[in-house]
Amino acid sequence: MMELLTAEQLDKFTVQVAGLEHPRELIIDLLRSVQDNHGWVPDEGVALVAKILGLTPLEVEEVATFYDKIFRQPVGRYPIHICDSICCWSRGGDALATHLREHLGIDFGETTADGLFTLLPSCCLGACGRAPAIMVGQNTYGPLTTDDADRIVDALRQEAQG
Amino acid sequence: MAESAEKLKILICQGTGGLASGAAQVAEAFETEFEKQGVEASIGKRCAVIGTGCRGLCANDVLVDVCIPGKEAVTYDFVTPELVPQIVQDHILGEGPIEKKKAGPYYEKFLEKQQRIIFSRCGTIDAESLDEFLEHRGFEGIRKAVTMKPSEVIEEVKKSGLRGRGGGGFPTGMKWSFCAATPGESKYLICNADEGDPGAFMDRSILEGDPYGLIEGLMIGAYAIGCKFAYVYVRAEYPLAIKRLQMAIDTCYEKGFLGKNCLGLGFDLDMRIKAGAGAFVCGEETALMASIEGHRGMSRPRPPFPAVRGLWGKPTNINNVETFANVSYIFYNGADWFNAIGTEGTKGTKIFALTGKVKHTGLVEVPAGTTIKEVIYDVCGGIENNRKFKAVQAGGPSGGCLPSNAIETEVDYDSLIKAGAMMGSGGLVVMDETTCMVDIARFFLQFTRVESCGKCIPCRIGLKIMLEILERITEGKGQEGDIELLQDMAYDIKKSSLCGLGQTAPNPVLSTIRYFRDEYETHIKEGECPSHSCKPLLHFRVIEDKCKKCGLCPRVCPVDAIEWEKGKVAYIDLEKCTKCTSCYDACRFMAID
Ligand SMILES: Cc1cc2nc3c(=O)[nH]c(=O)nc-3n(C[C@H](O)[C@H](O)[C@H](O)COP(=O)(O)O)c2cc1C
Ligand code: FES
Repeated sequence: MMELLTAEQLDKFTVQVAGLEHPRELIIDLLRSVQDNHGWVPDEGVALVAKILGLTPLEVEEVATFYDKIFRQPVGRYPIHICDSICCWSRGGDALATHLREHLGIDFGETTADGLFTLLPSCCLGACGRAPAIMVGQNTYGPLTTDDADRIVDALRQEAQG
Repeated sequence: MAESAEKLKILICQGTGGLASGAAQVAEAFETEFEKQGVEASIGKRCAVIGTGCRGLCANDVLVDVCIPGKEAVTYDFVTPELVPQIVQDHILGEGPIEKKKAGPYYEKFLEKQQRIIFSRCGTIDAESLDEFLEHRGFEGIRKAVTMKPSEVIEEVKKSGLRGRGGGGFPTGMKWSFCAATPGESKYLICNADEGDPGAFMDRSILEGDPYGLIEGLMIGAYAIGCKFAYVYVRAEYPLAIKRLQMAIDTCYEKGFLGKNCLGLGFDLDMRIKAGAGAFVCGEETALMASIEGHRGMSRPRPPFPAVRGLWGKPTNINNVETFANVSYIFYNGADWFNAIGTEGTKGTKIFALTGKVKHTGLVEVPAGTTIKEVIYDVCGGIENNRKFKAVQAGGPSGGCLPSNAIETEVDYDSLIKAGAMMGSGGLVVMDETTCMVDIARFFLQFTRVESCGKCIPCRIGLKIMLEILERITEGKGQEGDIELLQDMAYDIKKSSLCGLGQTAPNPVLSTIRYFRDEYETHIKEGECPSHSCKPLLHFRVIEDKCKKCGLCPRVCPVDAIEWEKGKVAYIDLEKCTKCTSCYDACRFMAID
């Protein structure tokens, strides 16, 4: 979990960089790989990406902070993205968000004390036909009642224990 | 062909929507049941459980088709793993279809007015199977295209009348000819799969349901323009789409369909996916290119247009997913065939995403020229809970809201613009009588303000000021002259913003003022929200003739401010009420104002 890039990944990217006319195009791919391994992108991650691409850390930072789904701060093991766009909003997305905030005892952007969940508002997840929707990891869930949301949270808690 | 026709097939939607409803478990249940009951042996046929793309009817997932050779396919809706043994027992091994569990007559109606061309493979073939794609005309289009000269291919696209499906509706053939005409050895082709418009998810469905079809469209474009390299920019929120497309690209490389001498047809094309990382503005073409190059996804002024100076300064052609998907079909069936579908100015079909307060949310594909009313009422069953229709937002945050007297508008680029909305990506968000139009305008503006990249001042600051005015109106603090101020600012921001985001962001405000000016006035002059939806303007009174005496509100009130007895209308004690809105949120009958 803590490693920034595995040895294989490092090799793979190094080879790719050597073969590319514009190595910089790999910047998001690298940041995403670091994030997949480490959960979020720490300063050392930014420095590592910069070194691989021959950029300054500032140049990498500039890109990393532009995108919503690159985390420059620690997040929980399961970041929960709640859609706050029109279709979900018009079908009870607000109430769902309020419920999850209360249920988990955290506000948007915060992480639960056990380090499992971070709540993040997100732009449309493309699950508008199933509003209100949330996304955790690679999975999209919807349409959700507050009970459904609780069940998902419980299942994830169990997964983390087991 | 013969072999697969003999198989008994179970088609299950395995798009993001289907999976969210448990499609994987349903598929598993079929596999287990086939094994357990020895179905293959007893009916003497091979059985295949096939994961397809989305059928479009997201509200009724999981949808399952049972296709027994020689018989008409039967569709079941709301299938759960628990229902599977019964389907196998009664339908496949027994008498025949279980009438009670079949998708009702609404499903036929849902399909009746549609013309599913781009979606013809989505939901009917195994999305991950190259063989099935090849059985369904796969790569016929590119094979036909290479028999023509590149310039003839472009002529054919021009003749078809295809216009870009990414929002602007620019004629595709003409766009290709610009890029083809720009001198230069290396040119890039980009497929815009960023699909950021809230309320639109047709591109996702194509990526998940027919990835090879998209690759074919890109091949035709690359051959016509002379590009050796294609990028598909997919947003971060679509992991399944990325996975399926990557699999399809990898398979094509393995078979020698991509890379050097594609399909043995004498042209080269490399293809790579670029995954985004969460930024709406990256759907705008110049921002998208900046993002691929590894910079912040900020837009830049045009001209120079991408066809002249695009990715890394090289001539570049960008089209939307649905546009490329259309291209494949134009080459299967010919430009004349395509040109015969649709209206004078808009040819072919358009896919719409129906969401909001509509009965059957989902994706529908209709020929251009169908009216919005037909789409909402005939295809999608009308308004949910039998409420009254109020408006439909067409074209996402850059589009506009159309009221009931404008929904006879045809879906056509020009008619929609005339009506004050736009085709956009094809999102149709349906709103009923409980929606406040001022609040909707505020909501969209909040979205565009957050997503503005911040490079140009009209968009960064102007939208913020407009938002502040709208916030104040929805809080009952509107001032005389606010409407005019909003209109003035809207025109200025539209004229002076750098990219399409700012140039279109004020549209929802303008269209709601145009059609629902009285609602703005009631907020400003009387401090009332006619739809009883703006929370700061609620009175916390029970509307007697709407109250169904159900007794829900006293249970949710945290301060016991609501008096209620069985069979009586509830009463809110305003002395105790803290205006927390719990009762308002809980009431299903909109009986609290
Ligand atoms: C703010 C903004 C967001 C956009 N988002 C998308 C998008 O998500 N998908 C898309 O295909 N086009 C989007 N566009 C339009 C593209 O800039 C571009 O016009 C389009 O991809 C061209 O493809 P077409 O000719 O096939 O329509 C967006 C434009 C703006 C201004
Ligand atoms: S609006 Fe919520 S997923 Fe699209």
